[in-house]
Amino acid sequence: MSQLLERAERILESARGDEQIEVYVASGVDTEVQSYQGEVEELTTATSNGFGIRILNDGAGGARVGTAWAGSLDDEAVVTALREARDNATFATEDEFVAFARPDGVSAVTLTLSDDTVASTPLDAKIAMAIELERLVRSGDTRIRQVDSANYSDYIAEAAIASTTGIRASYARTGAYVSVEAIANDGGDDQTGWGLSAGRAPHDLDIEQAAADAIRRSTRMLGAVKPKSFKCTAVFDPRTAATLFSIIGGALSGEAVVRGRSLFANRVGEMVATASFTLLDDPTDARHFAASVYDAEGLACRRNVLIEKGQLKGFVYDTVSARRAGTSSTGSALRGGIAGSPSAGCRALQLAPGDIDQAEILRRVGNGVFVESLIGVHSGVNPVSGDFSVGVTGLMIRDGQLAEPVREITVASTLQRMLLDVVHVGSDLEWLPGAAAGQSVAIENIAVSGT
Amino acid sequence: MNSTLVEHEVLQRTLGEAMARGGEFAEVFVEDRTTSSAMLDQRRVEQLSSGRERGAGIRVVVGDTTGFAHTADLTESGLVAAARAAAAVARDGGGGVREIALGPLRDNPSRATIMPADVDKARKIELMNHADDAARSEGPSITQVQVALGDSTRHFVVANSDGLFAGDHQVRTRFNVSCIATGDTGMQTGYRPIAGTRGFELLSADAVAEAARGAARQAITKLDARPAPSGDLPVVLAGGSGGILFHEACGHGLEADAILKQASVYAGKVGQLVASPLVTLVDDGTVEGEWGYLAIDDEGRPGARNVLIENGVLTDYMWDYLRARKEGRVSSGNGRRQSYQHLPMVRMTNTYLLEGDADADEIVAQTTYGVYVAQLGGGQVNTATGDFVFGMTAAFMIEGGKITAPLRDCNLIGNGPDVLQRVDAVASDFSMTPGTCGKNGQSVPVGTGQATMRLTGVTIGGAAA
Repeated sequence: MSQLLERAERILESARGDEQIEVYVASGVDTEVQSYQGEVEELTTATSNGFGIRILNDGAGGARVGTAWAGSLDDEAVVTALREARDNATFATEDEFVAFARPDGVSAVTLTLSDDTVASTPLDAKIAMAIELERLVRSGDTRIRQVDSANYSDYIAEAAIASTTGIRASYARTGAYVSVEAIANDGGDDQTGWGLSAGRAPHDLDIEQAAADAIRRSTRMLGAVKPKSFKCTAVFDPRTAATLFSIIGGALSGEAVVRGRSLFANRVGEMVATASFTLLDDPTDARHFAASVYDAEGLACRRNVLIEKGQLKGFVYDTVSARRAGTSSTGSALRGGIAGSPSAGCRALQLAPGDIDQAEILRRVGNGVFVESLIGVHSGVNPVSGDFSVGVTGLMIRDGQLAEPVREITVASTLQRMLLDVVHVGSDLEWLPGAAAGQSVAIENIAVSGT
Repeated sequence: MNSTLVEHEVLQRTLGEAMARGGEFAEVFVEDRTTSSAMLDQRRVEQLSSGRERGAGIRVVVGDTTGFAHTADLTESGLVAAARAAAAVARDGGGGVREIALGPLRDNPSRATIMPADVDKARKIELMNHADDAARSEGPSITQVQVALGDSTRHFVVANSDGLFAGDHQVRTRFNVSCIATGDTGMQTGYRPIAGTRGFELLSADAVAEAARGAARQAITKLDARPAPSGDLPVVLAGGSGGILFHEACGHGLEADAILKQASVYAGKVGQLVASPLVTLVDDGTVEGEWGYLAIDDEGRPGARNVLIENGVLTDYMWDYLRARKEGRVSSGNGRRQSYQHLPMVRMTNTYLLEGDADADEIVAQTTYGVYVAQLGGGQVNTATGDFVFGMTAAFMIEGGKITAPLRDCNLIGNGPDVLQRVDAVASDFSMTPGTCGKNGQSVPVGTGQATMRLTGVTIGGAAA
């Protein structure tokens, strides 16, 4: 048994006869290196641990839950948190749908999500990767004027969840990333481009690819202009499409549905998207960086089909949102670290790949705009009303080919409309850090705002 | 726990250890933060949570390199281990453990009058219910009300190898109301925050009810909204949240970390005309009670009022310790960090445009066709290119000098130096709005402010043809 799970179980021993306790314990080791002008600019090494406790009391009108957390595992912190959580519970509203997860018979898949080489790789080797990444970008193209950050980072994370309702779960994961931002200039305005590579360990990272990406993305934006406003088909590249899928995934959370905040509520069975659109949340697919064995309540993660060939099949639920909706948890509880309470959400989205690559999509689209980076997603997308308006840089598509770069434009529609306006889904599935993998998608009837 | 969080002598020995391998500067930042939060959703009190976080972040600077480590172990052995980890970047051996002499602690007591710890939780719930009632009183189309109340009490001390030893007690309180209205056209949202560097005295029954009614009215109004236009139009920004425009259009680009890396369109432009003469922009950590107020920043430097742009001329950038040191000057009090687990960097505090002498109603009346933005919801900028967006969450058409049809949410997009030239009227109805600013993965509370003002043109990113 993991040490964290033992720690969690010890805390459960404090439970009083009339209450349920759930404990989430987490620890992490993080390393971050930033290279600048061939030297280490910042080097961070850190270990952290902490826990979150929830206490549940049953009453005549339902259960009441109180929460407390602390950024340490000291006994004193645990005693204080238990007291606070108990006190908090007395102020909650009794709610018949509130409950802790109980084992549901779904067995957890076996996934290898951690790699010992994160710990065993010497710090000097990690530093060398950040420095090499910066060097490759600076030396890769004479138009690269500046590299304002070239980073390597990794983590080793462990967590355990235990409850008096029978939950026992523990897991470990590792991750490693490099990212770089290049600034290009050829006498006119500066342009920027990001490159990144992600994996479970340093040996998974493709530094040349990350550098080449940053160079390509920044240099091909040189000379970008602001076009006139027009309506067209937009082709989102895999990275920007992944952002779009994450937003849609948010509206497919059972939490949003039961709180009356989802534009998909009461639409199960309807065609909400074009027939080429199949979206699933599958944390059991080890290829996804967000893959996970257990959810944040300690239930086994499972494959959930959300939209199948355009038809809305269902939502993802945690225990409470499922009970409120009259169904059972889909093993989809998320938690924002030790301070967060579990809530339902998509963890590892992927869109079923289409059968044509990006070049073929561009050919079929003929004329339109190719979206390569987004800005202002949090300020321009309203996931409740569905209004969608984001700042974009990218390239024009002319005669089926990428043409001149464009900047300082927005693309706008509504999420509802966009799903129905998907005309092509690419075969170029790309595994990316974050809640969604991505591939190229073409969407019609997009309003582009420029001059 | 004592007022220094860690004993004076222990801090001195930790700094000595941090400098042992040849560091040029070392700093220990010790923080103890307690937070509480509660949510009322559909009249149910949920997610009452209390939290505590305590630890130290230690950095060591050698040349252009910073080593950083943090720990939740505040014993001497825990601090020394973190100091050694941070010092590992200094590879030249150094001269062994250094003697560091700290002066007496310069502490800053909180100005809050009602400390969060002293507030009855039942009273908090009463206020949340009061807000819920007020929101629903606006009409039956309000189908969802969510009220969130949070507070934090953040005590920190910072000690460095220059002998600086200062502390601060920051109490912040926040109350948000989110409403959803449902009609034939679907759902629409309304949102109002109340937030300040204050205790519970920030919140009164009247204030929360007013915010709740405002959020509800905003959602209801938008049920009749039409898609926003697409393209370049004159825009009038109502006082308050319009300050986000300056936060994005030039605030981030005036942070010295971007400047020193030549990653800002404002690099090398001090003394030049970068904005309309109507623009005088200030970043001011001293505005007591505002969301971005601080007695000292997270490097121990007193908060300050810094004029960034005066009558359109760029006067200075914002500085933290590290970037100021490179330029042989002093920090402007803009070194901030999310927590002890983060390195400080250059951040804004309360950033605002000084008011002008125009009349807000007159500005609208003199606009024949354009967009009136009553509330902005956030934004983002690429400092290297200057391109930025800001999102409108409550907006209307202006037709014939009158505010007319409500518009659906969308982003506006522009280029900083270009948009700053387009300010052609500033009124005198100044107000401020709280917000959360994210940069390199760290969030800090900031204020933005301005009076009603007009831009001669900016690109509206609507979906209308």
